[in-house]
Amino acid sequence: MARAEAPESAPDPTAAAEAAELELPPEIVAQSLGQWFRGWMVRIRSGDSGVLPVILGLVIITLVFEAVSPHNLFLSAGNLVNLFQQSAVIMVLAMAEIFALLLGEIDLSVGYVGAVGGVIAVQLVQPRTTNWPWWAAIIAALLVCAVIGGWQGTLITRLRLPSLIVTLAGLLVFNGLMLILLLLGPFSGYPNLAGLSSNLQVLYKLMWGAIDPIVSWIGMVVVVGLVGFLLWSGDSRRRRSGLVAPPVSLTLMKIALIAIVSVVVVGICNINRANTGVVEGVPWVIPIVLFVFGAWMLLLQRTQFGRYVYAIGGNPEAARRAGIKLAAIRTWCFVLCSLTAGIGGILYASYLGGMSNNVNGGQLVLYAVAAAVIGGTSLFGGRGKVLHGLLGGLVIGGIYNGLYLLSFDVQWTFIVTGFVLLVAATIDSLSRRSATSGSAARV
Amino acid sequence: MAQDTVARAVRDAPVSGESLLKARGIEKHFGPVQALTSVDLDLPAGQITALCGDNGAGKSVLTKCVAGIYQIDHGQFFWEGQPVQIHGPRDASRLGIETVYQDLALADNLDIVQNMFLGRENVRNGFLNEDDMERAASKTLANLRVTTVRSIRQPVASLSGGQRQSVAVAKAVMWNSKLVMLDEPTAALGVVQTNMVLELVRRLRDRGLAVMVISHNLNDVFQVADRIAVLYLGRMVAQDHASAFDRQSVVEYMTTGTSSRGQRVDGEAGTHGAG
Repeated sequence: MARAEAPESAPDPTAAAEAAELELPPEIVAQSLGQWFRGWMVRIRSGDSGVLPVILGLVIITLVFEAVSPHNLFLSAGNLVNLFQQSAVIMVLAMAEIFALLLGEIDLSVGYVGAVGGVIAVQLVQPRTTNWPWWAAIIAALLVCAVIGGWQGTLITRLRLPSLIVTLAGLLVFNGLMLILLLLGPFSGYPNLAGLSSNLQVLYKLMWGAIDPIVSWIGMVVVVGLVGFLLWSGDSRRRRSGLVAPPVSLTLMKIALIAIVSVVVVGICNINRANTGVVEGVPWVIPIVLFVFGAWMLLLQRTQFGRYVYAIGGNPEAARRAGIKLAAIRTWCFVLCSLTAGIGGILYASYLGGMSNNVNGGQLVLYAVAAAVIGGTSLFGGRGKVLHGLLGGLVIGGIYNGLYLLSFDVQWTFIVTGFVLLVAATIDSLSRRSATSGSAARV
Repeated sequence: MAQDTVARAVRDAPVSGESLLKARGIEKHFGPVQALTSVDLDLPAGQITALCGDNGAGKSVLTKCVAGIYQIDHGQFFWEGQPVQIHGPRDASRLGIETVYQDLALADNLDIVQNMFLGRENVRNGFLNEDDMERAASKTLANLRVTTVRSIRQPVASLSGGQRQSVAVAKAVMWNSKLVMLDEPTAALGVVQTNMVLELVRRLRDRGLAVMVISHNLNDVFQVADRIAVLYLGRMVAQDHASAFDRQSVVEYMTTGTSSRGQRVDGEAGTHGAG
């Protein structure tokens, strides 16, 4: 379009320019919903499909398990809430892992760092020993996790040790530390959250407590209203001042999608899911996960820190020449990764109702990496979003839950999840290859 | 010393007005290797100076000295007539010196605006001020008449080689820079893209900037350069208006450090003394 207005400037060879245009994200060039949809289809065909594969995966998982699960249990309210609770830990650990993956690094220790956080929180609130208030226990656990992240990040950035090795060592060290912490106090290695102390109760309710249905609806309306208002006012302000903005219909569609998903989720949660008596309302864990999601999305997409994380993942040399302090940003990423892992660990302790030496942090970290990659985050750095952790975590939780309903043993969960991960990694690698070969051809 | 006299005589005669950047007697060595020997360089505002030389002649070293990446051992820089010290890249950018390196230093996964503001983001209340940054970036691109990009929000990975070069140049001039140095700006480009970049270089000059282009490609040099400077084994062997050279003489200066033809041309013109 601009080329027509400035014929005096030497244009690209038309074919190359057209090819380049076709690969653009449709939301930045489309003027109407139709154009946006066409651009989107072109991008999918050229291999850059965004979150589409993972959404498709979720749909397939839902349809298959709903069809074959006994009494169509999969889509029952009780099971869906259960599925979300099972996925929550993996989602949070995957969001943690994304901080490392965006840099092009990996953190293999998130499982056991999270477990250390979980044990610390559970131990500190025990009324027979320390009896800390729940909030102080959580803060202490998260602080320890952050310090662990700072330690690992410092080794990686200042001593230039590979993150794979440092965090592999961390996987072992913090597995050991978790076992030591478990043995402290009079619990013979199984500190739990059963008891009448309000501090124990609060930690237990992080996963198992529910918000009153009426309050759930009100909270949902407030959150959706706020998000919708921010999206709408931001996009229309940009449209008014002639900046790149999606068409009105697309903005409305996004808001509608968020509203529909929210109504469905809250509606399902507000159905009574107990066999006897009444269990209803949105579990606390849902707003907790959404809060982590929102905070990290803002940090990565809207702040200078987030911009630098992406720049380092994309081209570290360019970031260095731009005056960015690479070592500091990288270290902070590992701090945030471990801190988020701590949140995941505390949720896991709540899910299990306590901590024990059965906690398998090695498996958790593999699920976390798998969830991030299945969601669409690249293993090669610079490409990925916090949202990918949520979607990928749901996929893994869905497979786990569905196979469990079909009374498959855990070995089949491993095998199916492994193959899903391979498919996701293949999609990542293919779209990366088509992107690089495309730009090479255009030079 | 004889060569110095040649260079100085060649230089002094035709340059009118004060140069934006004057380098006098620049020396730089790395251990026992003398990379630059008593180099003089003038970069006047509103003119394109082409810096030529064979591999190892010291083009990159000289550029990096001006950009503040290397510290000079001897010599003096004058900026707008005043003596200045350039101790680091920050000193250089504070003066208004920006360099576009050959690898462009763009992050492929970021879009054009994000790349142009990388490291100098506009922040309001702790959050990125995307609207203002996008407005400033699109103004700069429009001023340079970089109009072939479809959207300012497209990732740099989706740009052609010439467009990438244009973005790198726009990034350099956005910060009120007065001197832009381009390292081999056309090395990886095809014919059409090369013309696009050379046109952009001319626009920088027309805006009154001092431009230095390092190039091996004599076609490009003679297409855009107002002045030509030739380095040979760390010495400045010739520096004059482009009209004082022809292809043959530039090649001779680059490969042997002297030029029979070049001196003959100078001699006939009667303007410049030959040592």
